[in-house]
Amino acid sequence: MAKSLKTIHQFTGVMQFMQRGLDSETKKQLEEEEKKIISKEHWFLDLPELKEKETFIIEERSFLPCEDLLYGRMSFKGFNPEVEKLMIQMNSRYKTEEIEEEDNAMEADVSDEEMARRYETLVGTIGKKFLKKRERRALQNTDEAENGPHGPSKAKKMFLKPQD
Amino acid sequence: MAASAPRLAEKRVGQVVMPGDVLLLPAQPDADGERLRLAPVGPQKGRLVCGPGLRRGPEGLLVTKCGLLRYRGPAGQAGGGTGSGSGGTYWVDSQQKRYVPVKGDHVIGIVTAKAGDIFKLDVGGSEQASLSYLAFEGATKRNRPNVQVGDLIYGQFIVANKDMEPEMVCIDSSGRANGMGIIGQDGFLIKVSLGLIRKLLAPGCEIIQDLGQLYPFELVLGMNGRIWVKAKTIQQTLIVANILEACEHMTAEQRKQAVAKLSES
Repeated sequence: MAKSLKTIHQFTGVMQFMQRGLDSETKKQLEEEEKKIISKEHWFLDLPELKEKETFIIEERSFLPCEDLLYGRMSFKGFNPEVEKLMIQMNSRYKTEEIEEEDNAMEADVSDEEMARRYETLVGTIGKKFLKKRERRALQNTDEAENGPHGPSKAKKMFLKPQD
Repeated sequence: MAASAPRLAEKRVGQVVMPGDVLLLPAQPDADGERLRLAPVGPQKGRLVCGPGLRRGPEGLLVTKCGLLRYRGPAGQAGGGTGSGSGGTYWVDSQQKRYVPVKGDHVIGIVTAKAGDIFKLDVGGSEQASLSYLAFEGATKRNRPNVQVGDLIYGQFIVANKDMEPEMVCIDSSGRANGMGIIGQDGFLIKVSLGLIRKLLAPGCEIIQDLGQLYPFELVLGMNGRIWVKAKTIQQTLIVANILEACEHMTAEQRKQAVAKLSES
């Protein structure tokens, strides 16, 4: 009686809605059976396991890093000044010594003197930013004192007609 | 001949190697790699680079092209090939005419077709390379580059492998042309062997130095064996082109004579 009950229990256990009721033992059993079926059906290659070895070799398909080739555009005797400038720039990547020389020889867009002249006027304007209000007024007063009562402060506000 | 017998790579530097040759590397550290890896060795110290014409094999380097085996020391100095057990670069200096696209190479391509968003370029490889119209300096969707079929384009490969269509661009990673793009009007295009191109591009090449003293002219050298020449007159252009074509098999003296003869006239 007890035996037949168990078989019934197993049988009903297969049904979807009875799955919850399965105890852990039968679950394990079912899983094992399933695994057996799967492993029987699967084919596999009877090969020794591949061993991953760390290689110290890097493959490189390009000649560029091997032979330190130059840039492919060239111009001689000033035929194309743009390319000549580019040649110096591209070909000096490997040679640090030449770069230093170039830096010295490079023409500056703004000369030192011009830069100094520019900054001369800037010193005052930027300096104002960091002054306190009281100090600023004091500065203005001294300016006015220098330029007289109707100094440039009034002239500044006026619209200046451009000369043709 | 015992050409296929494995031999030390060091010993064969400067000699002719053939496809199938195996080059052994001295003292591979993976003999007892487990122990060595634990030891405080500097990271990636002495990595060996196998350049064109060589492949990694189970025992060492496998040669895939015939030519002369070359070696360069790890610090960049052109080593004689002896000493320095690990590190450095090995490659095969081979002579061939067929170009195989390589990522990063600068080449001259001829536009063969305009298909919507991409141009098709003949670069001398097995397949045509594609070039997006956006891969030019300053190009936007609205501002298309003026490229016509038949134009010459100097560009760089960003995709080049044996499974995919090669793709070119005419800008570098920062979006600047750096001399790439459409090569100007006129000029003359010649085709030479790939070995000669590398010879001409080598730093301190005498051929280029000699020619540069003749008269003003411009050159564009593509790694695919194409050379574009332009000088002030057609005659001068042809002279440069002829010298470049002929100088591959000339001795230094012969070349100097030829250049001297030209500079007189």
